[in-house]
Amino acid sequence: MQREDFDLSKEVDALRRDPKVGAIASFVGQVREVGMTLEHYPGMTEKALAGIVEEAKARWQVKDCTVIHRYGELAPTDQIVLVAVASAHRGDAFAACEFIMDYLKTQAPFWKKEAGKGWVEAKASDDAAAERWAQDKKPERKAG
Amino acid sequence: MKVTVRFFASVKESLGTEAEVIELPAGVSTVAAVRAHLRARGGAWSETLAETRRVTAAVNQDMAKPSAAVKAGDEVAFFPPVTGG
Repeated sequence: MQREDFDLSKEVDALRRDPKVGAIASFVGQVREVGMTLEHYPGMTEKALAGIVEEAKARWQVKDCTVIHRYGELAPTDQIVLVAVASAHRGDAFAACEFIMDYLKTQAPFWKKEAGKGWVEAKASDDAAAERWAQDKKPERKAG
Repeated sequence: MKVTVRFFASVKESLGTEAEVIELPAGVSTVAAVRAHLRARGGAWSETLAETRRVTAAVNQDMAKPSAAVKAGDEVAFFPPVTGG
């Protein structure tokens, strides 16, 4: 949780130190078209994000993970959120990264208020995106 | 028993308050009951927390269903569906 911007390459670089890491998937969300203020629920936000990351680690082989979400005043093209997942292989990294974003969208207590437009309404499509992971079974893994 | 109620985003703006310590009458021991108790204040409270409105709740900073238990000293928060990311 931070007001300040982040540097994608630095964050990804920090995940590259482990020689067992073979894949890093990252997602960056940025402000589209209209400036906004992002409010959050201090304390709960950190708890919710930690819970989502734990869930991702239980479902996929995740070596390391970075989630940064900004709050406060943001202008068009400003970065809002970063999710970067390091894993041995790309399948786990891609899936865990998408899962974390989908859950963050529906479970982490953030609210966007667009300049001159008011509070952004929650989208049914975001609920549907998170819901499909609930239906997914944890992928079976072969031993060895 | 006493609990802290907190409000965020559009709910906070409509109610004109962000936090309050309130004394709950006996029998008010779920999220839905706390919401109904606040709604009974009338005016903006009955409107903002109306059953038809999509309001999400958290107890002690975990998302909570309407049936979730509320105990003395808990922090109960009400807010609109989240829109981060």
